[in-house]
Parts: sequence; C-alpha cells; structure tokens
Amino acid sequence: MTAAPAPARLLRRALHAPEADRANALPAGAWWLWALGLATAASRTTNPLLLGLLVGVAGYVVAARRTDAPWARSYGAFIKLGLFVVALRLVFSVFLGSQIPGTHTVFTLPELPLPDWARGVRIGGRVTAEQLVFSLYDGMKLATLLICIGAANSLANPARLLKSLPGALYEAGVAVVVAMTFAPNMVADVVRLRTARRLRGRPTGGVRAVAQIGLPVLEGALERSVAVAASMDARGYGRTAQVPAAVRHTTNVLTVGGLLGVCAGTYGLLAAQGAVYGLPLLLAGLVVAMAGLRLGGRRSVRTRYRPDRWGVRAWLVACSGAAVAAAMIWAGAVDPEALRPGVVPLTAPVLPLWPAAAALIGLLPALVAPVPPSERAADRPVRRGKEQA
Amino acid sequence: MIRFERVSVRYEGTERPTLSGVDLTVPEGELVLLVGPSGVGKSTLLGTVSGLVPHFTGGLLSGRVTVDGRDTRTHKPRELADLVGTVGQDPLAHFVTDTVEDELAYGMESLGLAPDVMRRRVEETLDLLGLAELRDRPIATLSGGQQQRVAIGSVLTPHPKVLVLDEPTSALDPAAAEEVLAVLQRLVHDLGTTVLMAEHRLERVVQYADQVVLLPAPGAPPVMGPPDGIMKVSPVRPPVAELGLLAGWDPLPLSVRDARRAAGGLRERLAGAAVPVRAGVAPASGPAPVPVPVVAAERSRPGRLARLLGRGSAEPVAPAAADPVTRVDGLGVRRGRVEALRRVTLTVAPGETVALMGRNGAGKSTLLGALVGMIEPTAGSVRVGGLAPARTDPRAMVRRVGLVPQEPRDLLYADTVAAECAAADRDAGATEGTCRALVSELLPGVGDDTHPRDLSEGQRLALALALVLTGRPPLLLLDEPTRGLDYAAKARLVGVLRGLAAEGHAIVLATHDVELAAELAHRVVILADGEVVADGPTGQVVVSSPAFAPQTAKILAPQEWLTVSQVRGALEAGA
Repeated sequence: MTAAPAPARLLRRALHAPEADRANALPAGAWWLWALGLATAASRTTNPLLLGLLVGVAGYVVAARRTDAPWARSYGAFIKLGLFVVALRLVFSVFLGSQIPGTHTVFTLPELPLPDWARGVRIGGRVTAEQLVFSLYDGMKLATLLICIGAANSLANPARLLKSLPGALYEAGVAVVVAMTFAPNMVADVVRLRTARRLRGRPTGGVRAVAQIGLPVLEGALERSVAVAASMDARGYGRTAQVPAAVRHTTNVLTVGGLLGVCAGTYGLLAAQGAVYGLPLLLAGLVVAMAGLRLGGRRSVRTRYRPDRWGVRAWLVACSGAAVAAAMIWAGAVDPEALRPGVVPLTAPVLPLWPAAAALIGLLPALVAPVPPSERAADRPVRRGKEQA
Repeated sequence: MIRFERVSVRYEGTERPTLSGVDLTVPEGELVLLVGPSGVGKSTLLGTVSGLVPHFTGGLLSGRVTVDGRDTRTHKPRELADLVGTVGQDPLAHFVTDTVEDELAYGMESLGLAPDVMRRRVEETLDLLGLAELRDRPIATLSGGQQQRVAIGSVLTPHPKVLVLDEPTSALDPAAAEEVLAVLQRLVHDLGTTVLMAEHRLERVVQYADQVVLLPAPGAPPVMGPPDGIMKVSPVRPPVAELGLLAGWDPLPLSVRDARRAAGGLRERLAGAAVPVRAGVAPASGPAPVPVPVVAAERSRPGRLARLLGRGSAEPVAPAAADPVTRVDGLGVRRGRVEALRRVTLTVAPGETVALMGRNGAGKSTLLGALVGMIEPTAGSVRVGGLAPARTDPRAMVRRVGLVPQEPRDLLYADTVAAECAAADRDAGATEGTCRALVSELLPGVGDDTHPRDLSEGQRLALALALVLTGRPPLLLLDEPTRGLDYAAKARLVGVLRGLAAEGHAIVLATHDVELAAELAHRVVILADGEVVADGPTGQVVVSSPAFAPQTAKILAPQEWLTVSQVRGALEAGA
C-alpha cells in the first residue's frame, strides 16, 4: 500500500505530535489560556451534562499530556477539592436553607428559632428537591472551574510560567519559586526525621512525635533557605544596572499612578453609578502601570536563557481553549435555556448538541501538544550512561 | 589574583577571632589547597573571597581582601559574581532552579549575558563536565557526584577567574571524586582559572595542588608553601606523605606514582615481614555484649493481602534461639520500578567489622536500612539476632541493632547533651547514666548543657554513636561515618570502633573512604547496582581494585600492606 495522497500525508505528519523536549515545549502561558478558556465556558453554564463534558475534556488532556514532574501530580488534589466544594455547597444548602422556592419536600430539619433582627437567615427547616438540585448544579460549576485550573497547574511548569514575567517582577517571581521548592524538601525532612526516630526506638506516630519532629524540620527549612539565599547572592541575584535618576522617578510615577488608576477604575466598575468612567479608567491605569513595569525592567540586567517560543502548536492549544469559551458565550446568548436547565419546576437536563460539540474542541491539545517522554524511555539511556562511567 | 592583607574575622558572641593575621597572595592560575583540622576557619576564609563573609554571614572583618583588584568590603557578593564562583559543602543547598540546564544558565542570566552566548556556554559546559545526557533531568534525581558536577558547572558558565570550593569531594565515591578533580585540573591547566579549595580528604587532592595553605590552629596565622614542604609540618597528612616521612623519603612524595618510585628499598625491607592478620576476626572470641532474651517481639502486621494469602508464612515467625550472627539471605528490595538490591547474601559474625563499598547509589544505604528494619525486603530474608528487623517493634530492635545515619544530626532532638542522654537511656531501657558514661568516654570535655548544634561534625558523630550504643546493640551500623571528619577525629573514631569490635560487637560500615576501610575492616563487601560483586578479606578485595585500594597498598603492591601503622609496626619489629 502506497499510503495516502501527498497533501494528506504531509498534513498528518505535521499534526503528528513530536516527543517533548526543551526546544518544543509548549509555553506555560498556552496551557493557562487553554484552561482559562475551559473555565470561562464552565462559568457560563449550570448544565451538569455540559459541565461533566468539560471536566472530561480537561481530564483527558491531562492524562494524555502530563509529565512525571512533581507539579503534575497535583491534578488529583484539585479533583478532590472540587468534590469537597460540591459537598460543602450541599451541606450549606441543607442547613441554611435557600431562596429557591420549591414544592418537593425531601425532608424537614428542626428549625432553629432566630430573633427578629436576624430575619432572612434560616437555620434548619424544610429541604426541597429543587433547592438541592440548584445547589448541586452551582457546586458543580465551581468544581469544574477548580478542575480546569488544576489541569493548567499540572500541565504547565510553574517555574517556566514565572520566567515569562516582566523583568521588573522577576525577582519577586524567583522568591516564589524558591518558596515553592520548600514544600517537597520539608516532606523529605519529615521522612528522614521519622526514620531517625525509629532508629532511636521511638514510636513514629502520635502527637508527641509530631511535636518533636516539627522543630527540627522548621529549623532545617530555615537553614536551607539561608543557604539558598547565600548561593543566589553569590551568583549575582539582584544585580542592578545604573539607571539615570529621571528614568527612576518616571518609573515610580508611572507605576504608582497606574496602580491608583486601576484601583479607582475597579471601584468605579463595582460601584453602581460609576460604570461610565470605570472601564476607561481601569484600562488607562493598566496601560500606565505596564509602561512603568517595562521601564522598571531597565534596572534589571537579566537576560533569559532559551525562553519558550510561541509556535503553531502553542497557538492551537491557546486558541482551542478560547474557541470553547467563545462558543459557550455565544450559545448562552442564543439559547440560554439549554445552558441553564430549569430548577423550578424540576426538569431533566438535556445535552444541547452544538455547545457539546464546541466543548470537544478543547480536546485539541491532546492531539497537537508534544508528547512527554515516557518514564521508562527517559530512564534507560541514563542508566546505561551511568554504568559506562 | 586574591590578596589577603592582615585579615581577621570575628563573629558576634565569640571570644576569639575565628581567623586572624591572614596575609596571603594567591597567584593567578594556581590550584591552592586549604588544609587544617576541623574548626580552624577554613570555610570562613573561603567565604571572605566571595564576599559572603561578612556581607551575608555577619561578623566583623578587618584588613582587606581583594580579588582581581576588587575590594570585598565595597563589593557585595552579587557584584563579585562574574569574578568568583563559589560552591559550598552541600551542593543541594546551592541549586536555585530545578533542572540541570536551567541551573547552568542561572548565573549567566543574572549577569545579563546575551542569549546566544549563554546557549553556547551551556553546551560547552555540558560537554566539559560530561553532563550532556542529564541536561533535562530534574536535579533532585541526580546522584551525589552528578550533583557536585552540576554545582561546579553552574558557577563555571559565567567564566569566573576564581573558583572557590568547600570540600568538593567529601561526599563522593572514589570514582566520582576522580571525575570532579579531573575537571578542576582541566580548568586550571586549560583555562587558567585560579582555584582555592578546602578539603579533608587530602589523599585525593594534595597531588594536584600547586600550593598549600595550612591553617594550623583556630586563630593562628596561616602558613603557605609548596605541598611537600607543608605536608612535613602539617598536623593533617595523607597516608602517602605519612609513609614517606616514616621511610624518610626526600623529597616527600605526594602521589602514589612518585612514592612507588621511591619505595623499592622499603619493599625490600618489608619483604621478610609477614602482613599482620587483623586480631579479633575469630568469632565469639570475646564475650557477647548482651545476652539478648528471646521474646516473641515479632508481630505480624495485619491487613496485607499477601500475608493473608500465606505468602509471608514461608518465613518462620519466631526462631528457636537468638542467633548471634546476622544473616542476610537472597535479599531483594524494590522501590517503585527500581530494584535497589538483588539477591544479596551476607553474614556478619560477632566481633567482625565489614566495610560496604561501592559507588553512590549502589545500594549500601538500602542494605543498612534493611538491616535496621527501616526498609522491608521484597524478597529473601534478613535476620538480626534471630528476628526480622522490619517486622519487629522498634523498641525491641534498639537493643539488637543500631544505625548511625549519614547525617548524625537527624538523631539529635534535645537542647542539651544531658537531655539527649536521658532520652537515650529511657528509649533503650538502660540504667540511668549509661549514655552519659559513653559520651564521657567518646567525647571527653563536652559539658552537659552544650547544645548539640554547637558541636563540631566529629563531636556530633561521637554523640550520635554514644546514643546508639546506649542500647548495647550487638550489631552496629554506620553510614558514611567519616564525611567531614579530619584525620584526628577519624583516628579517634577508628580507635573507638576497634575497641567495640574487640568487645564482640559486629560492625557494618558503608563508606567511600578506602583508608578507613583499610584501617578497620576485616572484610570488604563491594556492591554494584544492588548486587554483591566482591566479598572477602580486606587485603584480598582491596589490593586488586584500582578504585578501592588504599594508598599504602598501591605504593607497596604486590605486598599486601594496607595501612601506614601496619608498616610502622613491621619496621619497628624488624629493627
């Protein structure tokens, strides 16, 4: 068999995802845009079927493209957090009641009589099916948002994300990265000290053990942070270039002025009567603050080693997320009933065909993003090299 | 290149200055070795070069240190970063990023080098240090030698004129140490880098040094000179120099090669003498330290499906008598997919000292962990005093086996030495004062209310050893005990361990230190990739191996002398 016609073959070869390495790694920003797109889509609907579909899309991409890195393991934690949010929302609804009128009483809790000034607040009382379903939908929406964020978190290297910060913010970014590496180190310390306790013939569990281990662990963490700080200092962290005084002052004025503008603009947007000047002020403030940061970047002499490149694949990943969001917003305008299934009266939710098809666009990264090298393949050449050495 | 002018450093709250009267010049392009006993201020002296002392550590520096004309009083460490590269004792504390390639680029990014220059230098450095295969690896997954090379590489990329290293080979196995030293050698020869380094393991480095700076005592002014001259007066000496002094060779040889050339006469004098067989090998010659009562302390852990299915019942639950011999039979340990140990079989009799050797990551610590019960075997069996350590209550195990871990500090929690001792007595169920008596014996002159953190590396090790010995365990395990110890502390440790072996303790030590193994061990077991590849009397195993032979053996081969003290004994007997 001589294979497909040439253009199709070329297209297939172009689409076939390569194995990921440093040169073709997707920028962290692309993953975040994709995930935020899915999250935006999720925020536009309470249809449990659509929400489930979005979670499935995010989960499939994570399963297909995540690495073995420590941050990649956080996805499970986000799913648990999502389930917890759903449960919490239901519990609140059961105990504190809800504004949703309903006729199907499921059960009735004893109601706590409250004084007159606490009118509007209810503790206990009648629990209706409508209210439960409403809370369930609402909780699912929040959980889906969280799971989308979790997907970005486990697909994108947080350190690489910080690398794309503007120069003026870089140093704060490094501090955050160093702080983040502490958690795994402290876990390693706890394991080590627990085995040391065992060596002295003491039980490793219990409150006393934790108390006795806690202090050395904190001590170790502090010592390590001092050592890392010394190393960073000796390697030129925080070197600054000489900048003319005029530039320095302009930077300060721009940054502070811009931030004030952002604050005032936000206030205007949130306050009832300021909607007219709010948005322009916010935008102007943002632009000015950005200019300040950019100018402030001149003080930093840093350069960047192999920054991530926005290639075709990165655009495809980012745009697929944006497309899902756009489609869902459009669908919300055209057919709001399908995206928000009725609660009063209770109806079974239906899967709207077009929004569901649009959500599937979010699966694109699972096809185009570079495939992370498998654990075994990565291990083997290294081991062989070690044996030769 | 580096000038010290009447430099003295004094930290707050100390009575005496840590350093004083340092007047030195380190010429460009030389490899200068800083030697001296523990606690004489070697690290402080190194810190003054990069400006970390006093800018970062605090303390008062008087006098002047200039590096390539830049005064460290007016230049902060970050402003010296393009000139001085510093690697501290612990490479893990040095890393800022998480992958090898980013780490190599970090320093250059801070200095603002152009991206194409950075890319080229990273590739060059990867090749220079043999790290190309590891470029995308997370640093945490590398072995000790690899980490040390990455740390050196990360300060090399900005092309500093001066490289300052604090004990670069102490934590490494002999082969990895050779790798690192070969790199340093290349930097000095090919790139003209000035290297100033402190190291306790003189036998590894002294032959590469152009000059040696000796700090004889805390606060005493340093002496600088050619290596052979300094080694004659130094309180710390590698075995090759020791042997040279004993035989009266002049000039004093510093490398095995030079010594072999001079050693013809000595070999003839020693030809008639018999190599002494280490005393105390005969098992059960001494009294067993503690008659361990056989209790059914072994508990079967419930809930494991395998055990319910009866897979665990192949092992006898309580043996008939307490077997004084430690037996490891067909031991296998898996961690995830990695087989850390495979079919390891080993017996250790009372009174016997066994050295476990092998490269970093060969499974030495895992084997010790299995012996002490921290790691459960996935195959085979481990019997210590007749019990399986992993399934026995820790409180019962303490009186059968004791482990001094790589980082003795992990064993210490209390605020004072006295509190540690009281806790150890309680843990081991020993009579009050047992531990304190041991501490006084191993660590004379340390007060009851000293904080364990204020002890030196060697003193901490001795304290941890005393805590472990409180339970009088018949089997004593030590993991890398000589890391960071100077020769004097090492000699004391050797004396203590010999005494314990003579009392009937079985000792297993995992070590990279071939000289220590030669001094102490009756038997050497070499592990590679989790398997035992050699097991036999020290003389036989060690003499034939290029990596694990002590210097004396290399010099006097094919005769089987292992240590200078053996040679000295034979010469005195012959005279």
